[in-house]
Amino acid sequence: MPYKTLTDLKNALEQKSISSRELMTQALTRIETLNPKLNAFISVNAEMAFKAADKADQLRAQKNHAELPPLLGLPIAHKDLFCTDGIKTSCGSKMLDNFIAPYDATVVRKCAEAGLISLGKTNMDEFAMGSSTENSYYGPTRNPWNTDYVPGGSSGGSAAAVAAGLVPVSTGSDTGGSIRQPAALCGITGLKPSYGRISRYGMVAFASSLDQGGPFARSAEDIAWLMNAMAGFDPRDSTSLDVPVPDYTADLEKSIQGLRIGLPKEYFNHSLAPSMQKIIDEALKTLEKLGAQLVEISLPHSDLAISSYYVIAPAECSSNLSRYDGVRFGYRCENPQDLNDLYSRSRGEGFGAEVKRRILIGTYVLSAGYYDAYYLQAQKVRHLIKDDFDQAFRKVDVIAAPSTPTPAFKIGEKAADPVTMYQCDIYTLALNLAGLPGLSMPVGFIEGLPVGLQLMGNYLEESRILNMAHQYQKNTDWHLQHPKDL
Amino acid sequence: MSTNNDWEAVIGLEVHVQLATKAKIFSGASTQYGAEPNRQACAVDLGFPGVLPVLNREVVTMAIRLGLGINAQIAPRSIFARKNYFYPDLPKGYQITQFELPIVQQGHLPIVMDDGRELSIGITRAHLEEDAGKSLHEAFHQMTGIDLNRAGVPLLEIVSEPELRSSAEAVAYLKTLHALVCYLEICDGNLQEGSFRCDANVSVRKKGDPKLGTRTETKNVNSFRFVERAIDYEIARQIQVLESGGKIIQETRLYDAEKNETRSMRSKENANDYRYFPDPDLLPLEVSPEWIAEVAKDLPELPWQKRQRFEKEYALSAYDANVLSSQKTLGHYFEETVKASQASAKLCANWVMGDLLAALNKNNLALDNSPISAKSLGELLTQIANETISGKIAKTVFELMWTSKTSAKEIIDREGLVQNNDTGALEKIIDSILSDNPKQLAEYREGKDRLFGYFVGEVMKQTRGKANPNQVNTILKEKLSAE
Repeated sequence: MPYKTLTDLKNALEQKSISSRELMTQALTRIETLNPKLNAFISVNAEMAFKAADKADQLRAQKNHAELPPLLGLPIAHKDLFCTDGIKTSCGSKMLDNFIAPYDATVVRKCAEAGLISLGKTNMDEFAMGSSTENSYYGPTRNPWNTDYVPGGSSGGSAAAVAAGLVPVSTGSDTGGSIRQPAALCGITGLKPSYGRISRYGMVAFASSLDQGGPFARSAEDIAWLMNAMAGFDPRDSTSLDVPVPDYTADLEKSIQGLRIGLPKEYFNHSLAPSMQKIIDEALKTLEKLGAQLVEISLPHSDLAISSYYVIAPAECSSNLSRYDGVRFGYRCENPQDLNDLYSRSRGEGFGAEVKRRILIGTYVLSAGYYDAYYLQAQKVRHLIKDDFDQAFRKVDVIAAPSTPTPAFKIGEKAADPVTMYQCDIYTLALNLAGLPGLSMPVGFIEGLPVGLQLMGNYLEESRILNMAHQYQKNTDWHLQHPKDL
Repeated sequence: MSTNNDWEAVIGLEVHVQLATKAKIFSGASTQYGAEPNRQACAVDLGFPGVLPVLNREVVTMAIRLGLGINAQIAPRSIFARKNYFYPDLPKGYQITQFELPIVQQGHLPIVMDDGRELSIGITRAHLEEDAGKSLHEAFHQMTGIDLNRAGVPLLEIVSEPELRSSAEAVAYLKTLHALVCYLEICDGNLQEGSFRCDANVSVRKKGDPKLGTRTETKNVNSFRFVERAIDYEIARQIQVLESGGKIIQETRLYDAEKNETRSMRSKENANDYRYFPDPDLLPLEVSPEWIAEVAKDLPELPWQKRQRFEKEYALSAYDANVLSSQKTLGHYFEETVKASQASAKLCANWVMGDLLAALNKNNLALDNSPISAKSLGELLTQIANETISGKIAKTVFELMWTSKTSAKEIIDREGLVQNNDTGALEKIIDSILSDNPKQLAEYREGKDRLFGYFVGEVMKQTRGKANPNQVNTILKEKLSAE
């Protein structure tokens, strides 16, 4: 039962072979057993989950399922940066260890409206800054495939929770790879939607022009169900897109015959380890067998993505995180002597090292005399990167690349060297700069650790990459693998 | 030693106009003034994690109204930026404002001075922004209270070119701008509640010098009188510093109304680096030609249009026309008075600007609450025009109307105040006065002209003011000059 897909569990509920309360009981028992080992959850809300499950079961008994919310009674977990009314939202930070929002994030509300029941909030790198979930005030999350290894980050808790079968689905956020990278490292499927497709309201901001919420699941089909629940215009987010939402399950069964897959030569070069290359090649061969054509393309400005990203993201972060000042909510230092002391100690004691590093970088690049050389320049590069993708998508339907340069690394291995850590996201950052959708799905293993393939789509073409991923998963079983010793 | 006449002041004004919307600029919270602290601040105003700003379109419409009012360019695309600085009453740690691309650019405000001199003052820009909250230092021992009711209230900051040359010009500019925003109904114009706040940039230079001197910025001067005083003080201070061989430091200064002085708040070296950058939470603001046309459709008559019309239509002096057009309600009252009366427009103007405004001021009443309506005043002035009563008697009638709220006609009838226009009777009275005062008569005839007034007074006394003053003048002159 723990490794069943959302779609399987949905069918089981509809056939009444299991109740929502039973699902919650199983999930909560598993969380109770495994969370001490994995540290995937920051908080668990058993009582509220049971209450909601009983209500769902009641509703299901009264009505036939055409009238019911599509995902009624199914469990989910939310990354701890989605605000939840009445439940702590820590963002993995001491700064917000005491913060309880008086509102639900739109993503949380929409999931609830689709019938999903939240079991709790998952661990993450502090304020979503990191690639390993080691930067959490609540300690690192461990990779379910090998607990000496990181699950990736920043949405490491959400990815590990699905990989370990604690919940069938979860939410994450992706600013530079924070959904796709942990999905790859944990051997599950994760989607970063197009910028503006999912409301950012109530999702604690890291870098507003790059942040995008999205789902984790065991399969592309499950992702499609979650996208149906999460996507859509929100009048409370001016950057959310006011266009109709398709049924993301509608195109899943389409043939991928004739679809062109672009392989950017900048992503398949000598820096990719042969062991990784081999697995990616096999996956591409499978897609070819299913009728897709492989086309070499170029994204010429790829090498500039990381430097552009590490100007823009910190700049926005330095401003977004100014509100944590010890005045209205969150951590406040003991006995502040004056205003400056209140600010410097509340922020000095409340934020971790990586957050401070990025605030400093961001403050620097926005400062008078540096703005033009850094921030404006980075924005220009961002346009070039976007243009690269625009050009490429005139020739191909989907772009494929590795999700990460390597499988999971050991806890502590890269913690001391931020730049090496930043390199983890070289294959994912550009997509955030361009605002495009990208999915990672498992396509093999190296020494027992999962490897992910990334499928990138043109703007708002989530359906197309979900279609391709689903066709791949129908013909392979990598996504059905799960850790054996949990 | 040079004198003040060798110097020229250069003044530019930044005015923060609080826009009269019901809701805040980026949230749905109320903008109502005077609520208990923090009762009108929602999660967006408090800068809670995850919340996002959503632009209130009404503030854009109001900015367009102003832009059209000053004949400015309305930017088809303007950008909201973040101005980053830490202060406890600034919840997000940044203020959302417009920096590089403001919504209103390059306008003009026509002003008229008391001596009739007309100027056109350039307006560099007007941009939309959110207000901060308030820090309350008095009520808390060793602590500061924060009231965020004002946080997120919409402001339009209107920045003039440095084209004003005296405090008088600055005040004329402010009064005209104040009249404009009230006419446009984009601001309640309440200076006490801070709906119209002014910062003054002042520098001085030797006359004829093309280069601008170093300027200071005097913050938050909240009445026209204080603006005048603060600018005058600052001009005098700067001249004194320069004449004694000193240098002006570019700094922000605060006006202290009680001591009538400005003092240094912070120098440029200590100024914040605001790290402006486009707010990624808000899309560029796009204003279509259709939107502008829609707003232009219901633009009211503007203060200076009204002033010019009053001069032409009612043959008023520039001064009178300027005073009467300074408030929409006052202009309206004046026109209603003229409409209701057979008296001349000039007489109506004199009474509205003189007796009526004086009585309102004395009783601390707004024009809307005047016990005498424009129609009633018009009827009173008709009585002067058709010589039923004299202007002097009319003042008595006005006072009675003010307290009793009865019509002029009723009071005149009841009190028997009708003017006596019977020349025969008047001649008899004058004859008897002249014969009763032979000494004064002789003196007058020897050239003491001012005794004329003495005789007028005697006539009025005997007729209890009811004699027609024009007749009195004519008959007296006749009889006094006759040997």
